[in-house]
Amino acid sequence: MLLSPALFISAVLFTLGVAGVLFRRNAIVIFMCVELMLNAVNLTFVALAQSLGMGGQVFVFFVMAVAAAEAAVGLAIILAVYRHKQSVSLQTMNLLKDG
Amino acid sequence: MTGTAVDLIWLPPALALLGFVLNGTLALTRPTAKRLVSVIGAGVLLAAFAASIAVFSAFVGLHADEPVVLRYWSWIPVGTLQVDVALQVDQLSLVMLLVVTGVGSLIHLFSIGYMKEDPGYARYFAYLNLFVFFMLVLVLGASFPVMFVGWEGVGLCSYLLIGFWFSDAANANAGRKAFIMNRIGDFGFMVAMFMIFWATGSLDFGTVFTHAPMALVPGSRTVTAITLLLFLGCTGKSAQIPLYTWLPDAMAGPTPVSALIHAATMVTAGVYLVARCNLLFAMAPVSSAVVAGVGALTALFAATIALKQWDIKKVLAYSTISQLGYMFVAVGTGAITAGIFHLATHAFFKALLFLGSGSVIYAMHQAYHHTHAHDDAQDMRNMGGLSRYMPWTTSLMWIATLAIAGVPPLAGFFSKDEILTAAHARGHVEPIWLVFWGLGLLAALLTAFYMTRLMLYTFHGPNRTGEQEQAHLHEAPWIMTGPLLVLGVLSAAGGLLNIPALYRGGARLEHWLEPITQPSAALIPAVPLSPSTEWLLVGIAVAVAVVGIVGAWQLLKPQRLVPARSAPEERGFARVLRNKWYVDEIYDALIVRPLVWFSRVVLWQEIDQLVVDGAAVNGAARGARALGWANRWLQTGQVGTYVAVFVVGVLLVLWRAIG
Repeated sequence: MLLSPALFISAVLFTLGVAGVLFRRNAIVIFMCVELMLNAVNLTFVALAQSLGMGGQVFVFFVMAVAAAEAAVGLAIILAVYRHKQSVSLQTMNLLKDG
Repeated sequence: MTGTAVDLIWLPPALALLGFVLNGTLALTRPTAKRLVSVIGAGVLLAAFAASIAVFSAFVGLHADEPVVLRYWSWIPVGTLQVDVALQVDQLSLVMLLVVTGVGSLIHLFSIGYMKEDPGYARYFAYLNLFVFFMLVLVLGASFPVMFVGWEGVGLCSYLLIGFWFSDAANANAGRKAFIMNRIGDFGFMVAMFMIFWATGSLDFGTVFTHAPMALVPGSRTVTAITLLLFLGCTGKSAQIPLYTWLPDAMAGPTPVSALIHAATMVTAGVYLVARCNLLFAMAPVSSAVVAGVGALTALFAATIALKQWDIKKVLAYSTISQLGYMFVAVGTGAITAGIFHLATHAFFKALLFLGSGSVIYAMHQAYHHTHAHDDAQDMRNMGGLSRYMPWTTSLMWIATLAIAGVPPLAGFFSKDEILTAAHARGHVEPIWLVFWGLGLLAALLTAFYMTRLMLYTFHGPNRTGEQEQAHLHEAPWIMTGPLLVLGVLSAAGGLLNIPALYRGGARLEHWLEPITQPSAALIPAVPLSPSTEWLLVGIAVAVAVVGIVGAWQLLKPQRLVPARSAPEERGFARVLRNKWYVDEIYDALIVRPLVWFSRVVLWQEIDQLVVDGAAVNGAARGARALGWANRWLQTGQVGTYVAVFVVGVLLVLWRAIG
């Protein structure tokens, strides 16, 4: 596998993720975009591991483990917010500003 | 440690402190246990007096020329400044010790009768014991700081006891006035202490007076400044011009307090201080002249005011100020012995006069109490003819009056005469002292006059108390007349302490105090007067006293007096004297009002309210609020905004890191 197409794809995926987080309002979509960024980084790790040693591949497992945990907590929070506000739009979540 | 009873010098102050602690506890827990309070209050004083006599006789046995200094513990060890809690036993402090505990014991006994009905009985004795403790620290302390502790402590007790009946605002104000005026003097004392340490490197009496001749140049500015500042402290504590106005107001306290604190002991602390530092004062001729001059002026000035006071205690208060002036003339002249001698005799006869007046006030008060009248029990216009009801008090007070007027052979004659002779003798070298002598002589004339006036209006002539009240006027109980009797004997025979060689006496006090006065004696110009001159001076002094007494007896007509309620206002010069030369009013206009104005308008309204509160305190708050107001626009509460800012930040960091 060529290194540069893999890195290119990973960059595209990461940018998509960032754009999604920045511009979408739905918390679930934003959550999925965060996952997209994580996986873009995973792809970079795996691609670079071929030339720089196995450390990158090992790190991917860590990222996946953390992502799984994060998914559990994050989804639970979104569910709780939904129960409370009947909405998952970020615009409704501004308690810190002025209640 | 000497291995004799001198080592017990800690006992008198410790006993007084014990009395304070016990009586203070009783005042808080069982204020009605008056019998126990009396036993403790007077008992510790009598025990302290007994211990003092033991120390005295042991010290006599030592034949010591050097003071015995007993160090207990280190108090302020800071670098080269080493101050120990130490007591000094020497000839001077022993005289003071005996006067304080002796006269103090008598006054404590008198108080048992005088304060019997007072609800604050235990509190009174607690304060009185505390006063004696501090007074003993003052006179026994072996260094300036220890003495200063006593100096401040007696000031505190004076404040507490002047305002003893604090529910009356005037009494509380009188206490505050005393305290504040003393602060002015204490400032001088403290600065003087700093300068002494700076100049001699120590604050122990022994070291200071040993180093002073080497460290200080006689007549130099430093030693003059030190002594003048010390004297400023004395004018506060001993009520001399310009800081004397608190003492007449201090009469607001119970009469035994006036006798103990404001006549016999505390107010003489200034005289003691000058006597203690006689070497420093002898090295500063200017300061000596100031001390003697202020003393002479005060003696005359206070005596003029005493001429026209109606309150029996006010007369005695001004008399005290006047007599303190004499003591300062003596110590300023360098006649330390004469000053201390007058201090002791004055303690006897002035305590007697105050306690006698207390006995009169007690009788008057009881009489008015019986008839539910609300007249002034201290106004002499309401008295008159009391000799018929109070023979003991009358005759004893006559002894004190003749003593203070300087009639031979009573105590005051010898001591006052010695002061005037010393001033006259120094006048042969420095003529200014002749002026002081003249002022003193004039004051002696007035003293005889106003004291006779007091006796005449109080005890002789018709009675003006009131028809119904007369039946209730009677002599005070024996617990009050007993101490009077002892003081009467002392006032009559006190002169025996120091009968000068002129009368073939031994001048015992003079010889006794020689170790104290010797270092300064060489610095003071001494003029031996011929016996004929001395006899002439004695003749003048006695003539002045007799003229004063006879003059008052002839000129004043108690028959013409009317009770205070219906008395007309004085006119002309009498009114000026009645109003104390308007000194209080002048101080009020020149110092108090400008100070209050400055504090209120400049310090409070301008500096505090505008600058501190406005600019600093509220300004800081306003600044923080403005900053917060500006920054709140950054906080939208929208996660999206934060993420956007975050991404922009990351991009910037990356750009900086790569580029």
